[in-house]
Amino acid sequence: MLIFHLGGVQASLFSLLTIIALILAFVMLGSHWIKNHILAFAAESWVIAALSAAIGLSGHYPELVFIAALTALFRGTLLPYLLVRIVNGLGQNREFTPLLQPASSVVLGGFLVLFSYAVAEKLGVRMNLMDSIAVLALTAMFSLKLIGFLMLVLRAEAVSSILGLLVIENGIFLGSQILVPGMPLLLEMVILFDLLIIVSTFGMLIRYLHKEVGSTSSRDLTRLVG
Amino acid sequence: MIWNVLYAIWIITALAMVGSWISRRSRVAEGLNLAAAVIDFVLVVVLLIATPGHPITALNHYLLLDDFGVWVMFCLAIVYLLASLYAIGYMRWMHGEETRLHRFYALFAAFALTMFFAPAQNNPGLYWIAIDLTTIVSAFLVGFQRAPESIEAAWKYIVIVSAGLGLALLGTVLFYWAGTFILGPVYDMTWANLALVAPKAEPLLLLLAFLLVLVGFGTKVGLAPMHTWLPDAHSEGPAPVSAMLSGALLNCAMLGIVRYLQIIEHTTIEATARTALVVLGAFSLLVAALFISRQTIIKRLAAYSSVEHMGVIALGFGFGGPLGVIGALYHMLNHSLTKSLVFFGAGNMMHAYESKEIARIRRVLRFFPRSGALWLAGAVAITGAPPFGLFLSELTILRGGMQSANPWAVWWMAVLLIVIFIGFLNHFRAMFFGPRPEHAPHLKLRFVHVAPMAVALAAILLLGLWWLPPIWAHLAAIATQLGGV
Repeated sequence: MLIFHLGGVQASLFSLLTIIALILAFVMLGSHWIKNHILAFAAESWVIAALSAAIGLSGHYPELVFIAALTALFRGTLLPYLLVRIVNGLGQNREFTPLLQPASSVVLGGFLVLFSYAVAEKLGVRMNLMDSIAVLALTAMFSLKLIGFLMLVLRAEAVSSILGLLVIENGIFLGSQILVPGMPLLLEMVILFDLLIIVSTFGMLIRYLHKEVGSTSSRDLTRLVG
Repeated sequence: MIWNVLYAIWIITALAMVGSWISRRSRVAEGLNLAAAVIDFVLVVVLLIATPGHPITALNHYLLLDDFGVWVMFCLAIVYLLASLYAIGYMRWMHGEETRLHRFYALFAAFALTMFFAPAQNNPGLYWIAIDLTTIVSAFLVGFQRAPESIEAAWKYIVIVSAGLGLALLGTVLFYWAGTFILGPVYDMTWANLALVAPKAEPLLLLLAFLLVLVGFGTKVGLAPMHTWLPDAHSEGPAPVSAMLSGALLNCAMLGIVRYLQIIEHTTIEATARTALVVLGAFSLLVAALFISRQTIIKRLAAYSSVEHMGVIALGFGFGGPLGVIGALYHMLNHSLTKSLVFFGAGNMMHAYESKEIARIRRVLRFFPRSGALWLAGAVAITGAPPFGLFLSELTILRGGMQSANPWAVWWMAVLLIVIFIGFLNHFRAMFFGPRPEHAPHLKLRFVHVAPMAVALAAILLLGLWWLPPIWAHLAAIATQLGGV
């Protein structure tokens, strides 16, 4: 298994990339500007692509290099491009109504990472994995998941909701590259395509929202209650 | 041979989808869709009879055909058939939508197609993708009418369910990871393989993975407290879509939870996992009871009733044992039929009285004797009163619960079912026997608006009066296969 046979350099490289991806999530939490969020998401996707490629080359999983290329193309380029197009179409640059100031949400995000680490550590101790990269991977997976949820909760703009979901997906993708690099190729490819369909769907729904409801903020979606 | 039947179902539904899209004529589209639904129903019955008593796989173990999957497809095929028939009458009421109707039928067939995919997936990852696809397709169906409410419902639906499915994906990855310690880094991800490794895997990891999957697919099933998308989506879509969402889609998602439950059978976490499912089911009943009692919108009433019945099914599978599982399986079929009937009736009345509000629908029997009587019978049936099928299945689940590890839930369930019975039928009392409305409805209901309701009612009456021995034997066989004995 990959996590057991890592050299010091490889382990450091993978850890570094994982941590960069995590930090980029905090860039998203800490900014008011939607374009910044999209850029940070694109950068995070490229980091994950680099991680896939590194794991593929060093762990002898040639298909991961292919996945890395697809990740860079889809998650790193195409999805951000689609999102930028949506944002430009709406003329909505700034997230106006955050429940929390960016600084507070960054602090909250920090606590979520601590919580994720606590869960990952408990698992790591039980499974005798404390000296491997697995705990870091689990921490990143759970933190990105929780940060994604935090973005869904705090942000009102429709585009921010999509970004929150994409961050959740990125977290799972990042963790699974390290923990289960041998996961069937077909599955990873289909999930990538699936993501593309979801974002296009969201794009269309946002257009309808804009046209029919007159707003793309979830704070204005209050017709249906009870 | 048997696989060709399954492929035929997919191909025919896909043909209906493509044909509807390119024909651009609503009459052609509705005909194609109905034809596909009829053929699908016949083919699923063939599958139901011909599927051997043990799971078989094909296409390099990517596809799985077992009695449980076919049973879910059977419930789906019935709802698809009834809804396709009803849609012909219902969708013609949509003024100004004539030019877009072919798209509706294309999406409708696509929705059925994605749901026919899900139960036949042997790879939990591909099953997840199939469920995800159902979300995307049905979101457009929910938002088909383009009213602000429908778009809002579609948006909330897709955001909440996607977030939930993200959890399920994480759980799926963790399950696969747990297996790599035993089967090596690369192995076929199939339900059977995961079940093989589960007893040897680390219990804490398994429990975490299972809870993630339970919450994830539980969101799609509509178990409280993750049910919040359900009343919106079910109430804002056109009535045939509501029937499909409620009667077919929820079962498809429940199938995933049951398959994962099967995986962790015979592990040390089984009791905890079952209790988690029972708690979610019990909580769903409570939420449904509270919202049903105070509901003012007719289709939301029916939607909360779906939360209730998914809670009941979750309780059945959570109780386990032959009675719990058989009851839950029977409940799936009965619920599919009855909920279709209730939604069709609600769709008719909403159009007749031009209002969604319960307070504006009055003296239904006086204006619509046939449709009204069928609808009232459906309402009695959906609350689980005898002599209809739901009574038998709920009773079986209650009996299963007595023998389970969570007998407290039986009392909980019984009390809340009574509360729901009173709350639900009180709304119908008002609609049927309240004061005369100011404006009498002038709508004339046609054969296609009433016939699907009559068919559904006849079926649930039959299923309630006489639990056919072959059905009992078949469900008992599924229960044995699922291992819940």
